[in-house]
Amino acid sequence: MDAFIHQFLAGLATGGIYASVALALVMIYQATHHVNFAQGELAMFCTYLAWSLINAGFGYWSAFLITVMLAFVLGVLIERVIVRPVENSPVLAVVVVFIALLVIFNSIAGWIYSYTIKTFPSPFPAEPFFGNKYMSSHEIGSIGVTLVVLLLLYAFFRYTPLGLAMRAAAQNPASAKLVGIRVGWMLALGWGLAAAIGAVAGMMVAPVVFLDPNMMGGILLYAFAAALVGGVDSPGGAVFGGFLVGVLENLLGAFVIGNELKLAVALVLIVGVLVVKPTGFFGKVHVSRV
Amino acid sequence: MPSLLAVANLEAYYGATKVLHGFSFGMEEGSITALLGANGAGKTTTLRALCGMVKTRGEIRFGEHRLDGRATEDIVRRGIAHVPDGRGTFLNLSTEENLRLGGYTRRDRAGVSEDIERMFGYFPRLKERHRQQAGTLSGGEQQMLAVARGLMMRPRLMLLDEPSFGLAPLIVEQIFQIMRTINEREKVAILLVEQNAAMALALADRAYVLETGRIVISGSAAEIRGNEAVRRSYLGY
Repeated sequence: MDAFIHQFLAGLATGGIYASVALALVMIYQATHHVNFAQGELAMFCTYLAWSLINAGFGYWSAFLITVMLAFVLGVLIERVIVRPVENSPVLAVVVVFIALLVIFNSIAGWIYSYTIKTFPSPFPAEPFFGNKYMSSHEIGSIGVTLVVLLLLYAFFRYTPLGLAMRAAAQNPASAKLVGIRVGWMLALGWGLAAAIGAVAGMMVAPVVFLDPNMMGGILLYAFAAALVGGVDSPGGAVFGGFLVGVLENLLGAFVIGNELKLAVALVLIVGVLVVKPTGFFGKVHVSRV
Repeated sequence: MPSLLAVANLEAYYGATKVLHGFSFGMEEGSITALLGANGAGKTTTLRALCGMVKTRGEIRFGEHRLDGRATEDIVRRGIAHVPDGRGTFLNLSTEENLRLGGYTRRDRAGVSEDIERMFGYFPRLKERHRQQAGTLSGGEQQMLAVARGLMMRPRLMLLDEPSFGLAPLIVEQIFQIMRTINEREKVAILLVEQNAAMALALADRAYVLETGRIVISGSAAEIRGNEAVRRSYLGY
């Protein structure tokens, strides 16, 4: 029983990471109907930036904050400079751009920092909080950080005029322009936010999986699964899907299929959801008149 | 009356196809003008051209500003509210959020909240449904919401694209009544595109009749209403 509880809680901790990355994917998907394959590599690259800052003598939390801001700027720049020119291109062209971004960031990271695995510090103490035997401090801490990020985002989109404008621009760009919203900038902001969320997820997962240019590969796959399970156009669904996939992956890996096949869980989920319920748990069925 | 809108040699293109063939018209501050004509005459395109939503040529002056060649967002910020065909509702947002978006470019937050209450005064139905998802409103309610969202911008000119489309006669009556009130009380000029020529002419001061991208008849609403030949051949009543 102890082992089960332990695995379940550990699943929640990684699930939070998947939830964040899934949310970043969904944000861009909602606004553009494109899936950003480079989301994970962007997060990885930002985590390396954080590593550089920490090695340059910054404290953990100041490096954390600077990295989040850098990630935001990087996201905005990528949208403005690279994605915007292909905005109206056929979907395959956009996909190729995203895959190119993935490869480019992966290679740049390898080139600058080499492919040797590095350790990344956790801001949380090594001994478990309150001497509990189920979860490490880092697991509890990263769930906490994930929840704070999610709450901040929720408040931003729900209660600020800019958040409302971003939702409006994503839903109905033509109408948004007619009330004076600069839709192009809203997209860029969305990219910035998504990159910032990804950076937080990267910094939270790096102490667990260690820092290397390929560290986000598996995580991006789980995040895809999470986004699909929740419904690819539902932010709340993506978060739910993230936690669900995290727990499932851990429990199945520990008790049923073994760790070697864990990644297959994500793929089975992706295929399963697409076959059985393509809209996911919370997605909308899109109906259009022809 | 000072001139509000002056359009000269307006052409518009969808891709390489020219759909407006260079016509000119004007509007005075606080007036109501109707654009009439059959399907495909270019009425909707004219409104879109004014808002920079299609490729245009020619000159568009709005008060002291040149509008041609500008982006839609910049044009509407100068005081033009466009209530598009299909109503442009933000379907997944609440009624109140839709209204709030109308005031998005305004800096006076208190004024925006006051204006929302004022809109609820014009359209009590919207108040009843202020927390409801706008996509669940009826067609008439969505049309009211679209007009109210436009008014939230505190415009000098409102472009209304077929406000009667697909609505029951009683609702159409109501909406036209409210447009008259708005024009009188808020001093908003209205450029109205309508299929229902009789109602449009009863409301408007001036009217233009379009045919395949050209203005073929213009005059005061009373003149056009009184001209039986025009009524029969172009307006179908």
